[in-house]
Amino acid sequence: MSVCTLRIDERDVAIEAGSTLLQAAREAGIAIPTLCVLEGLSPVAACRLCLVEVSGSEKLLPACITPVQEGMQVHTATPRLQEIRRTVIELLFTEGNHVCAICVANGHCELQDLAVEVGMDHSRLPYRFPDRHVDLSHPLFGLDHNRCVLCTRCVRVCDEVEGAHVWDVGWRGEHCRIIAGLDEPWGAVDACTHCGKCVEVCPTGALFHKGDTSEEKHSDPGRLQALVHARHHRQWTP
Amino acid sequence: MTPEPIRRTLTIDPVTRIEGHAKISIHLDEAGAVETARFHVVEYRGFEAFCEGRPFTEMAAITARICGICPVSHLLAAAKTGDKILAVGIPPAAEKLRRLMNLAQLTQSHALSFFHLSSPDFLLGWDSDPAQRNVFGLIAADPDLARAGIRLRQFGQGVIEALGGRKIHAAWAVPGGVRSPLSPDQRNQIRAGLPEAFAIAQQGLELFKHLLDTQLREELQVFGDFPSLFLGLVGADGTWEHYGGRGIRVMASDGTLVADGLQEDDYASFLAEAVEPWSYLKFPYLKSLGPEAGCYRVGPLARLNLCERIGSERADRELLELRQRGGRVVCASFLYHLARLIEIVACLEQMERLLDDPEITATHVRARAGVNCHEAVGVSEAPRGTLFHHYRVDANGLIEKVNLIIATGQNNSAMNRTITQIARHYLCDGNLSEAMLNRVEAGIRCFDPCLSCSTHAAGQMPLHVQLIGPDGALLQERQRP
Repeated sequence: MSVCTLRIDERDVAIEAGSTLLQAAREAGIAIPTLCVLEGLSPVAACRLCLVEVSGSEKLLPACITPVQEGMQVHTATPRLQEIRRTVIELLFTEGNHVCAICVANGHCELQDLAVEVGMDHSRLPYRFPDRHVDLSHPLFGLDHNRCVLCTRCVRVCDEVEGAHVWDVGWRGEHCRIIAGLDEPWGAVDACTHCGKCVEVCPTGALFHKGDTSEEKHSDPGRLQALVHARHHRQWTP
Repeated sequence: MTPEPIRRTLTIDPVTRIEGHAKISIHLDEAGAVETARFHVVEYRGFEAFCEGRPFTEMAAITARICGICPVSHLLAAAKTGDKILAVGIPPAAEKLRRLMNLAQLTQSHALSFFHLSSPDFLLGWDSDPAQRNVFGLIAADPDLARAGIRLRQFGQGVIEALGGRKIHAAWAVPGGVRSPLSPDQRNQIRAGLPEAFAIAQQGLELFKHLLDTQLREELQVFGDFPSLFLGLVGADGTWEHYGGRGIRVMASDGTLVADGLQEDDYASFLAEAVEPWSYLKFPYLKSLGPEAGCYRVGPLARLNLCERIGSERADRELLELRQRGGRVVCASFLYHLARLIEIVACLEQMERLLDDPEITATHVRARAGVNCHEAVGVSEAPRGTLFHHYRVDANGLIEKVNLIIATGQNNSAMNRTITQIARHYLCDGNLSEAMLNRVEAGIRCFDPCLSCSTHAAGQMPLHVQLIGPDGALLQERQRP
């Protein structure tokens, strides 16, 4: 096993070559905010919250997909990065309709937690109030597009773990949204196995159990990680 | 040359110490006498519109946000409508727990209305400095009474918190029941607070009855004393009811039963709403009798008028005394205040009874089902009166249409009649005296209107009165910060 040594926030870190900057930072106990990334699923670098500064690079690099390199100098929490992270969260809030007070995930929402973490006490950007709909056609679950942040965790878990590939990302730009099957009502897509993994990994209240009322969604993405680990290592009991 | 006599309008804008934003205009005729007075509700929130497209399971949480004083009423009406959409009977413990929460809410809301909002008028005097005539003035003048009122409200709020996890906007009542049971520890804690609550309610009753017998005699005659219908829920055996019972009763002021056992599902067949261009608040009336004769009152006084008895000892004793004071059907709107205090006693007694029921701590409190019915109406008695929620949903449970009929709206005609009566009595030479303004405003306060609910609107306001001539010109204006 070859090892890379690098410096993250003035701290020396040694980690297996091929690891990502995010893994290296976590290994060193340095927290970088993330939203789309979830251990057990392939990274897509969609949310841009984990952007870091790397000496010698003009561009900011997403820590979740940037491999470590020998001698790298990385900064994860400069004022510039903090400003960008807050703006990213503000953009997510203003481009959807996130009404925490009545949301199924209120109090257990990763987006809400991130807003607190990045210090978003209000939005400096105007709210767009898009006209989006709710899909309750599935017998067990619901999808509220108003609360979707397009992290694509549902798309990846359904494809990579369940193998059903019910979800995709359809349309473009501001019309971009998660679609079931060939942009059908979720309940009409035969490929769905009703496993609920997408609901479990959704960081917000966009995917929820039907009948849940406000604050009732308590998902645990850690269960997915345990499942993936068990499959990979053939270890079904601890 | 003698100037021509002109008709004028006085406006009180905004009205203070009520929940919401409103103004009052008093229209004078050529002779300078009061022609009519109007209570204008000037805000609009549009909950009925933006609920469309949402899952019906969210309605309890959404509509509870209409109001910070009585969110429980919306919670219960929404949950009861949701029960019907699921087409399930909820577990018996769930109904008892919902009742317990509503009793707690009636207690805290009535305590707020009497001690915090209205008592400064009669305890500090109608003509006292407006800057002092509020709860802070009351704290300065009678700290024990002010503290007692705050404690009573705290008790009610504490029960709501014990049940729902928070004092305000606890989205705990859900279609099919409630989210969580009551633990024996919580039950004991609530029970421990009852003796103090009883004592405070009694203190308020004694104080107010004494005032009615002494300095408030005139108010009794002038503050909205007129015949009208009364509407509200009654219990299975004609007892006082706040949650379900056998249906809706309508009674005339001579005690005649106009209708009984009406079901909320049929509300559109017996209620209609008139609209006036000068207010966002609609004017509901009994359809069969038309907008004038069909004017009805709801709320604490209506509930006490409609029932044959309350069904608990202390409250029934007070009810008897109320009827000795005001007749079998009490028409004096000023006695809404007394009715509130009596209802607090009734609530505390019923809470005591519910807490003694072993089933109150049962753990099966929620029935689950899918959408089995596409249209439903739920009803509950809010502190201010009968509240209707009407939803239509699609096959998946998404809201297609919402209609909310709120207690304050149903008292709209009665409030307008009340302020007209007061203005006529107190207006001297067409001048805006402070005494008249105070009493007109206090006339509205008898009904403890919640405009946030009734127009699904909110706001805070000082007092603004305008005097307007027959040609609509502003002749005189007074404003208080």
